Amino acid sequence: MAKHPVQFRLNGSDRATFVDGAENLLNTLRRGLGDFAPKYGCGQGTCGVCTVLVDGEPHLSCLTLAVACEGRHVETASGMADGPDFHPLQAAFMDHFAAQCGFCTPGMLTAARALLAKNPNPTRDEVVEAISGNICRCTGYEPIIAAILAAAGSSGARRA
Amino acid sequence: MALYEGRGMASVNYPIGMNLGGDPSQALIHSNPDGKFTVALSAIDLGQGMKQVSRQIAAETLGVPIEDVYVDTADSDTGPHDMGSFASRGTHRMGNAVIAAAREARGVLLEAAAEELEVSADDLVTDGRGNIHVRGAPSRSITVKATALAAQFKQGRTIAGRGIFLIPLSAVDAETGEMNPNTAFAHACLVADVSVDDETGEVTVLRMTSAYELGRVINPRMVEQQLAGGAWMGISHALYETPEPYYPDPEHGPRDFNEYLMPGPGDIAPYHVTVLERPAPDGPFGGKGPGEMCANPVLPAIANAIYNAVGVRVDELPMTPEKILRGIKANGGVRPQPRRGGPANWR
Ligand code: FES
Ligand code: FES
Repeated sequence: MAKHPVQFRLNGSDRATFVDGAENLLNTLRRGLGDFAPKYGCGQGTCGVCTVLVDGEPHLSCLTLAVACEGRHVETASGMADGPDFHPLQAAFMDHFAAQCGFCTPGMLTAARALLAKNPNPTRDEVVEAISGNICRCTGYEPIIAAILAAAGSSGARRA
Repeated sequence: MALYEGRGMASVNYPIGMNLGGDPSQALIHSNPDGKFTVALSAIDLGQGMKQVSRQIAAETLGVPIEDVYVDTADSDTGPHDMGSFASRGTHRMGNAVIAAAREARGVLLEAAAEELEVSADDLVTDGRGNIHVRGAPSRSITVKATALAAQFKQGRTIAGRGIFLIPLSAVDAETGEMNPNTAFAHACLVADVSVDDETGEVTVLRMTSAYELGRVINPRMVEQQLAGGAWMGISHALYETPEPYYPDPEHGPRDFNEYLMPGPGDIAPYHVTVLERPAPDGPFGGKGPGEMCANPVLPAIANAIYNAVGVRVDELPMTPEKILRGIKANGGVRPQPRRGGPANWR
């Protein structure tokens, strides 16, 4: 099958690779570009662990064609920390023990990041709504909700 | 349509570990030449905090800073033998094995330091900040790092320790049936308040309140978090999860985990936990471990709360709206039960 060249920005760096026409972005990120932050959970759009931002909007990368990202800006949880400094959401997740096994964490962080970029001071219901497409098997959600609300409260969250 | 509220409670005496062919765990600890320690375990951390708890226990026993301890649970092929991470046995069994290994490694560490300081190892103490000194004479000291280097490059000594903790198989007495398979029990009591919709059969968990007695709590935040997550799993088992929900036509049933119901972030109930500590005599620093009991009392408490609310006893999991509606129909309508023993205003 003919491969298609695709170029996009990934966490601020220009990246280029060759993909199959039907290849999803998740596969391209993980296998092609070595970014393992987005996880492969269901592959069918129901668990949210593959969530990434495309031009700032949350997308399920398992359901997004890689070729559709040509020229766009893809952001994953790998790009959240600034060198050794955690993003305020990451710091809040740590402070609130918002991860046990951690499998849902990159998707949760990304969903939360998309929320705070649009709505820096969300209500609890808005946080719940924003992560309602992300399944967590371990934490019971409460610490995740608390962490996102805390990150929203800290001034640094505005750069999310 | 009307909403009926009910309260149910359940308590649990929970045995830690199991009794198949006996219940052993091993741990191995060695120092690297930089004075940092590696703990090798085959117990797996699934997110419950096994690594963190082992790290704390090892650092405390060795007498070194926690940042200087690394826990490796990577490979059960090459690691020391362990029965596994199940039956809520992690903290209790592996913790004790880690203590045994750390004690032995500490003994060698102090012998190596004694040789460098030309004193008796019995006179040495650690300060927990990476130094070893003569008791009562802090100036006669050596760092753990310098000791590890000397052991490796001068003395030719391995700073290492082996640990095993074994609860032996408890045979059943043929006459009396008596056996003693467990040495540590944890305890909990949980109260669930629910509301039941008599038209849809839907149950909403309004709040849960519990007290857990877990022995010494080695990492309070992780225990709290494990209890909260486990309570969510309890609600999920009680009201949602089944691979085989009843559908009149099996064609309409779920085909994979995508269609397997669990409560989402909008379905969680406020949960208040009180943790009580009654250290276990044979636990590591008195620890027992919460494990599976985080979820256990939630199920009977919700079943009792549903009965209290509408008089329906559901004895099969999950307690789906359909089962509750069938129960209400069989009873000829809702039969709210009396409420006892709560504050007058709890409704
Ligand atoms: S892997 Fe994409 S939603 Fe589950
Ligand atoms: S922390 Fe395990 S799935 Fe969320």
